[in-house]
Amino acid sequence: MLALFTRDLKLAFRSGGGFGLALAFFLIVVMFVPFGVGSDLVLLARIAPGILWIGALLACLLSLDRIFQLDYEDGTLDVLATSPLPLTGITAAKAAAHWVTTGLPLTLAAVPLGYLLNLPQPAYIWLFASLAIGTPALSFIGAFGAAITVGIKRGGLLLSLLVLPLYIPTLIFGALSVTKSVEGLNPLPSLTLLAGLTLFSIVLMPFASAMALKSNLKG
Amino acid sequence: MSLWEYANPVKFMRLTGRLLPFLCVLTAVSLATGIIWGFFGTPDDYKQGSTVKIIFIHVPAATMAVSAWFMMLVTSLIWLIRRHHISALAAKAAAPIGLTLTLIALGTGAIWGKPMWGTYWAWDPRLTSFLILAVFYLGYIALWKAVEDNDTAADLTSILCMVGSVFAFLSRYAVNFWNQGLHQGASIAVNKEQHVDNAYIYPLFLSFAGFFLLFVTLVFVRTRTEIRLRRAAALQARSL
Repeated sequence: MLALFTRDLKLAFRSGGGFGLALAFFLIVVMFVPFGVGSDLVLLARIAPGILWIGALLACLLSLDRIFQLDYEDGTLDVLATSPLPLTGITAAKAAAHWVTTGLPLTLAAVPLGYLLNLPQPAYIWLFASLAIGTPALSFIGAFGAAITVGIKRGGLLLSLLVLPLYIPTLIFGALSVTKSVEGLNPLPSLTLLAGLTLFSIVLMPFASAMALKSNLKG
Repeated sequence: MSLWEYANPVKFMRLTGRLLPFLCVLTAVSLATGIIWGFFGTPDDYKQGSTVKIIFIHVPAATMAVSAWFMMLVTSLIWLIRRHHISALAAKAAAPIGLTLTLIALGTGAIWGKPMWGTYWAWDPRLTSFLILAVFYLGYIALWKAVEDNDTAADLTSILCMVGSVFAFLSRYAVNFWNQGLHQGASIAVNKEQHVDNAYIYPLFLSFAGFFLLFVTLVFVRTRTEIRLRRAAALQARSL
């Protein structure tokens, strides 16, 4: 499982593309917001938490199809499925690798991008914390969507349609915890619920992903 | 004699074929009586006037929209556990009906909301939850369309329905946490002092029955169509 995890990491780092792509996308989304709504700093400060969370979520979505697609096409996934490692472990390792290559850089990038959007001072630590806690849920839920659509040609759009509704609770709790801290309220309740959601996804989503993969590999 | 006998398509077709005429008549009678009685036989509300009468469509449609998803969840589980094809086909047949009911609930709600709240749409927890439910239905239907192999499609949609149920439920409560609402709470209860007046409750129950029967009838009809489509495909495959 660890070998698979490091293999996925190496592939992501060495083949380029996917790693930087999500970050660049995040930057562009954040950059577009002032173009769209105007450069009023007060307004930007108010919508910054939501924009940063939505931007991170969309950037994460962009790289989901890479989790299984390439391995499915060249047959690596079939080989992995026949290995002694259970499919649940395979999907968990791959989702974790996806988080390290996507969720983690996005979390780190969000802080300077928050500065661009005039995010108020006390909110930075909560932005960082909520993204660090919440993005694993995005990767594990997203891996499920990727597992379902892996056999479908040009499944990218379908993947978004399936995964985005599943992201709603994560987005609500994540963005809410940052907004609460901006308003000077206690962000901990939402943050705790977000942590619960992440733990829930990490524990249970690999089983659902494995079921979907098994069904896709059979066909 | 058990329920599982009707997992056999021939028996299912025979039973539903016999039941359908009765179901159609019952649906028509209860829907027509419920709605006509509701629209013309009940007094106007002292505050809302006659706009209150949209309740006879709005509430049953909304209830059935959620119930349809539950029915899909149960049939999906039956497919995953016992692999009865009819079960998967019934879930497939129910999805567009559920989506339509969701849209009816949203539409009538908007029409009702304009005179009462002064707005067609508000980001109220209940309204938002229904919009989310509609998106879940869309994803489910799109997945059925996208996968070519029948059994794989049934597997994947069943898994999606299972996971989707959990997340739809989570979203329902997350949305409550996120925003306070305009929509009133449950107003039909036996054990509470305050509920909808008796003048409304009887026609309301009739239209509940009507919408329920309508749903059952439509699911039967659509499942029969799906079974026939499978048979036609099998015949075509054999003749090649």
